[in-house]
Amino acid sequence: MKRTPIYGIMAEFDSPSDLVAAARRTYEAGYQKIDAYSPFPIEELAEAIGFHHNAVPLVVLIGGLLGCVSGYSLQYWVSVITYPINVGGRPLHSWPAFIVVTFEMTILFAGLAAVLGMLALNGLPMPYHPVFNVPRFAFATKDRFFLMVFSTDPKFNTVDTRRFLEGLSPRSISEVPS
Amino acid sequence: MDEKMPQSAPVIEPGYTFGTVTDKISSIVLTRPTSNGWFVGFGLAFLVTMGLLYAIGYLFVRGIGIWGVNIPIGWGFAIVNFVWWIGIGHAGTLISAILLLLRQSWRNSINRFAEAMTLFAVSCAGLFPILHLGRPWLAYWLFPYPNTMNIWPQFRSPLVWDVFAVSTYFTISLMFWFIGLIPDLATLRDRSENRAAKIIYGMLAMGWRGSARHWSRYETAYLLLAGLATPLVLSVHTVVSFDFAISIIPGWHTTIFPPYFVAGAIYSGFAMVLMLAIPIRKIYGLEDFITDRHLNNSAMVMLATGLIVAYGYGIEAFMGWYSGNRYDSFLLWNRLHGPYSFFYYLLLVCNIGIPQVLWIRKLRTSPLGLFMVSGVILVGMWLERFIIVVVSLHRDFLTSSWGMYYPTRWDWLTYVGTIGLFLSAMFLFVRILPMISIFEMRTLLPQAEVKPE
Repeated sequence: MKRTPIYGIMAEFDSPSDLVAAARRTYEAGYQKIDAYSPFPIEELAEAIGFHHNAVPLVVLIGGLLGCVSGYSLQYWVSVITYPINVGGRPLHSWPAFIVVTFEMTILFAGLAAVLGMLALNGLPMPYHPVFNVPRFAFATKDRFFLMVFSTDPKFNTVDTRRFLEGLSPRSISEVPS
Repeated sequence: MDEKMPQSAPVIEPGYTFGTVTDKISSIVLTRPTSNGWFVGFGLAFLVTMGLLYAIGYLFVRGIGIWGVNIPIGWGFAIVNFVWWIGIGHAGTLISAILLLLRQSWRNSINRFAEAMTLFAVSCAGLFPILHLGRPWLAYWLFPYPNTMNIWPQFRSPLVWDVFAVSTYFTISLMFWFIGLIPDLATLRDRSENRAAKIIYGMLAMGWRGSARHWSRYETAYLLLAGLATPLVLSVHTVVSFDFAISIIPGWHTTIFPPYFVAGAIYSGFAMVLMLAIPIRKIYGLEDFITDRHLNNSAMVMLATGLIVAYGYGIEAFMGWYSGNRYDSFLLWNRLHGPYSFFYYLLLVCNIGIPQVLWIRKLRTSPLGLFMVSGVILVGMWLERFIIVVVSLHRDFLTSSWGMYYPTRWDWLTYVGTIGLFLSAMFLFVRILPMISIFEMRTLLPQAEVKPE
């Protein structure tokens, strides 16, 4: 198969139900490198295009643990090792007093990990992307639903894939220049 | 609670499509001409903000001697206003995080501007402890960082906990607000006709294209963030109450403080949400999105938290008598009969008496009535903090160290100035960002349901 100069073929749908059904059928037809675009989150859609592994929870867990450990060790190091203050002979390692800051640092790191991790895993910020070359794609953030088959898919073929997508009765079909 | 009420108003009026919801909310920012009313409102608020700058400038020149604070009342307006503002901020996080986890979908139409309100309120709150430091330009000393003086913060102090709690709260609120905005910024990028606006919204949207993979990670991150923000918001006002409760001053040293502070925070926060939502929905014609259901639900939250606050006052008074501690019982006597007793009775009227009218269903859906009750609650919650800070401090253990506190014009100018700052920020927000979350409103439409094949 010779390398095609296009990025993929995009089909436009009117409703979330149509998009999910079309995505399911495309995935079942053996296309693997596909993506779907919607103006709001659709729970069923990620599964329909065969996306199961979501690493965000792991990133957040790591962030939270990191925050917890660094928050506590910072306080231990400051209060016990580098700047001990003797207050009437009370213990330097007064752990109950360290819980609040440890908690806040856990939340802070986990929250930052959630946001920055989500953006990084999504590859954002990304100022340019070929899908934006399709003029109708501006409606993907309003009321239209798009299904995309990438030209890197082993099964991809400009003619056959286009015919297959037409069989899903979309509203329109466009080729996405890369 | 609403499922049991069949006659309750819908969250969003019927007849909307994905397109009309998008157009209705985004047109406020993109195509609606800026009205004269907006310019007048913003102008006034900005003028008051200039007053704040003047007060702060004078404070930098003369020091906190220009305020009414003295010994024994070392905290005064600065801490009263700090606690008041940070409490107001709590409703935003409650609406955006806790109600999200509880699947209260009605929150979708008020979470965006409630979160904005949180950010601006926390910004106003954060000013006060910094200005109160005496040398505000050295505020960065509060953070642990390696320095040539070779000193470190005292991590056993609630005031240091406060630094961590408030700065974490601000950061997480900002993150939560911003990731909620990303898909809507992408909508504005694609809808905008103006090239400069397109570029600015485009940069802020960071290339969001609504891919299913992105949405999946996005939803996970959003839910986890809500899960993290929920204990955080409860912890923030708890830590603020520790500033008081860990000391030994009569009236501060009580275990009821954390829950009662958190309930009071939500109480005043919902009052502020309503005071903003009622005029906004009127002016921008958003009655279809912010319906009577929202007013009713917010009023019920206020009623519930108001009763928790009333319980807090009751327990404080009861413990003053029951503990048999002479300083605690004196505090109760001093609140009821001391020089500030007028404000204590006013507080009881504002926070416990008048809000009971919310039991009337008709009033819970009357915009004007709710607006006024909310105003009363905001005054009442400010008085509560005034009573806690000033009345407890002005007469403590030794009669020889008793004193009185009179706020000066600089106290008032700083306080009113932060209200100006808050309102200016809100005016700018409704003009340049979508004040209702567009993508979350789309999910509320019946068409958003995926029908099984």
